[in-house]
Amino acid sequence: MALSNVLETPAAGFNFENAARNAALEGLFDGGQTPKPLKTGTTIAGVVFKDGVVLGADTRATSSEVVADKMCAKIHYISPNIYCCGAGTAADTEKTTDLLSSNLTIYSLNSGRNPRVVMAVNILQDMLYRYHGQIGASLILGGVDCTGNHLYTVGPYGSVNKVPYLAMGSGDLAALAILEDGFKHDLELEKAKELVRAAIHAGIMSDLGSGNNIDICVITKQGVDYIRPYQESEYKDDRKMKYKYRPGTTAVLTEKVVPLKLEVVQETVQKMDTA
Amino acid sequence: MEKHHTDSKVKGVSTGTTILAAIFDGGVVIGSDSRASIGGEYVSSKTINKVIQVHDRIFCCMAGSLADAQAVTKTAKFHLSFHSVQMESPPLVISAASILKELCYKNKDELQAGFITAGWDRKKGPQVYVVSLGGMLISQPVTIGGSGSTYIYGYVDAKYKPNMTREECQQFATNALALAMGRDNVSGGVVHLVVITEKGVEHVVVPGDKLPRFHDE
Repeated sequence: MALSNVLETPAAGFNFENAARNAALEGLFDGGQTPKPLKTGTTIAGVVFKDGVVLGADTRATSSEVVADKMCAKIHYISPNIYCCGAGTAADTEKTTDLLSSNLTIYSLNSGRNPRVVMAVNILQDMLYRYHGQIGASLILGGVDCTGNHLYTVGPYGSVNKVPYLAMGSGDLAALAILEDGFKHDLELEKAKELVRAAIHAGIMSDLGSGNNIDICVITKQGVDYIRPYQESEYKDDRKMKYKYRPGTTAVLTEKVVPLKLEVVQETVQKMDTA
Repeated sequence: MEKHHTDSKVKGVSTGTTILAAIFDGGVVIGSDSRASIGGEYVSSKTINKVIQVHDRIFCCMAGSLADAQAVTKTAKFHLSFHSVQMESPPLVISAASILKELCYKNKDELQAGFITAGWDRKKGPQVYVVSLGGMLISQPVTIGGSGSTYIYGYVDAKYKPNMTREECQQFATNALALAMGRDNVSGGVVHLVVITEKGVEHVVVPGDKLPRFHDE
């Protein structure tokens, strides 16, 4: 039929079990607040241009006020012609995009067809709607297929919107300002890349949760150009990174060797039937 | 002035909205604004499409939580299509409205979505149905919905006449939506109109600068 879902067969109708469970859980915690998941303050953006789609993202992953990862990859591979930027809870965006990618690969192998961007969007929408907003993933899906160049946004509650340009994440307002000013239909490749770079840069400058480098992913009919990093942060620190110590740095005071005696307790041989 | 809370209890993206549908002589006009907001404060989309085609001559407008409304219309589209294949004939407008009603009523505790269904079928011609938030289904010649509808009840009651011409009805719908968008902060953008007749379906988009202006604008 339509789709082979290896891990989860979509059940008929709506499934609100998890929403009911979460509501019940909230009552059990002190003060009535469930622990808040960690989010990647992020700026992600996407633009449809003449020959395809350009996606961009910053590379900072934060854990409260500490930068946990300075070179985190927020543009995820979905299929050879579809990539997805993720904002929101880091674990949720990773797993959701991984699941989507696996399912689409299986579908491709079964049907012999390249997946379409609408298909990826529909699967994501079904998955996120099923969990009623509990999966904190705001995604920008961009890709090129036989029907053209497409850019979609999928919200954490499962709402979908098809747009020519878009920004999401905590730095989205700053990035959107740049996009609103500079976007035109059918931009050339270099202009489109520059527009997305400027949008992410605005997000990095104006939002504390976004920063470090800028990744750009250009998807066209001919192929994908994943430029990581497209622009490096001007605030890079120059660490030596020599953390190897030669043997003998730490003095050995005493040494004791205890051989472990193993004895065979039971041996069973089962012949394989290779006839 | 007291703060006007519209759909701020809706989680995620909400279509605080204005939607309407009206029957004219030979067809039906269904239309909406194009704004989607979050928390009544941030416009998340200026160009969202709230008029969804569920079958060849049947459209529906959504109001409420965008995620819920999109999920319900997707399910309804599938059921309607399957029903139509089984019956080997185009579905009736009441069937589409009933499917939406079943979904809204059976899941009323979890869903926050209301619909206006309008279309043309061979049996009863042009029809408009309203499916409210809790799952009530009624048929009306003209109907409005969404948060912006409160501002135009007077206009609709005064200006709607049965058996208008197509042009009169289109102008009536555009005026009504423009008036609502002018007063409701969570309605705005462009006006999407769909005119459905026996012959076919026509989309009309009226951009913001071409909207009719009224005395104090």
